[in-house]
Amino acid sequence: MEEHLPDKSPMLLQYNPVHKKIPVLVHKGKPLAESLVIIEYIDEVWKHNPLLPQDPYHRAKARFWAKFADEKCVPAMFRAFSKVGEEQVQAAKELRENLKTLESALEGKQYFGGETIGFLDIAVGWIGCWARMNEEVAGVNMIDAEMIPLLSLWFQKFLELPIIQECLPPQDKLLAHNKEFHKMLMMAAALT
Amino acid sequence: MREYSYFIPLPLQAATMAEEVKLFGKWISPFSRRIEVALKLKGVEYEYIEEDLVNKSPALLNYNPVHKKIPVLVHNGKPIAESLVIMEYIDETWKHNPILPIDPFEKAMARFWAKFIDDKFWAIWPAVKKALTSGGEKEREEGIEEAQLHLNTLETQLKEKKFFGGERLGFVEISASLIIWIVVSQEVMGVEILTQEKFPALHKLTQKFVEDDVFKQCVPPWEPLVAYFKAQLGALAASK
Repeated sequence: MEEHLPDKSPMLLQYNPVHKKIPVLVHKGKPLAESLVIIEYIDEVWKHNPLLPQDPYHRAKARFWAKFADEKCVPAMFRAFSKVGEEQVQAAKELRENLKTLESALEGKQYFGGETIGFLDIAVGWIGCWARMNEEVAGVNMIDAEMIPLLSLWFQKFLELPIIQECLPPQDKLLAHNKEFHKMLMMAAALT
Repeated sequence: MREYSYFIPLPLQAATMAEEVKLFGKWISPFSRRIEVALKLKGVEYEYIEEDLVNKSPALLNYNPVHKKIPVLVHNGKPIAESLVIMEYIDETWKHNPILPIDPFEKAMARFWAKFIDDKFWAIWPAVKKALTSGGEKEREEGIEEAQLHLNTLETQLKEKKFFGGERLGFVEISASLIIWIVVSQEVMGVEILTQEKFPALHKLTQKFVEDDVFKQCVPPWEPLVAYFKAQLGALAASK
């Protein structure tokens, strides 16, 4: 169900009173929030095509890296998109370095999940889509193919997968939205 | 209703399985202390290594090159970092006395609340430190106010969730044991932040901790904590 975030639906507010955000999964009337929590729930309820590895150590690694991406890559990416001047330069540098660190988690595999995509691919793959589009919009280099050749290749392969293609937002709409959003952020930045 | 199986006190596990379990931690870190709670609840024997965070050991840097932080659990040579990730690993590796609920929805809720508590703690603890180590009255008051603001969010959310209804102390409670550091620290320094009147649910939780046989082994030690805060106060005064 599509939410229009400036006017949150009463249902969303009822199902996620703590954070009032999407995504929210409602299964048999019971709501769950927090993206990674939801993915783990899905994996545990629908046990075919497991997303997380079976071995506890490999599960721990996948969770570790998903947390790393959420805490170290995503905020830097948003700052690189929304800031200007030196702040933007620093944020983009931080992002590129943290993506380099994330690349080490591939460990020479095709996908983080191995031969097929898994939990970590799903958790971080969207960064490739967002960053590629928004480095143009914000005029800053986010994905440095020379610095992260393996991750760069993985982003490409991941985003080309039919199952991922089905779930990507319409790219022209997304671009228009991001351009608009960026304009607003720049206006706000100019005022401070 | 949480689904927990019976808590069965078990003899120390590792001795029979010839495993090597090491925990790199810091006595004053609530994040490494709660890993000790989890290991003790499971009856897992472990070697504890106290880290000097100013001079990090080569072992720590080797085992956690990404963040270079404690806690790090090393099980048969394999390192796991990040407090909540470690707790899940412990629960999945030593399956008796489960910490997480068995039901997927309850499990997801436990993960959600543990993350919520962790995120809140990062806002609360600096405010508490400010309240406890500021030389000036005004700064102390500001620290107290800020800490109470965030504690209030925690209190409101947790009060409704009935996590403290059961007998067992599980994943959420172990995660929330961070709170006990606030309670002990404020007592040590004679400042009132987390009071019973303002925060009855949180207060009740800390009481459960100090009464529990396992948790109370991991409660912050009084004397070293006094020394720690007095040193912080001293350092602050010296820099002014």
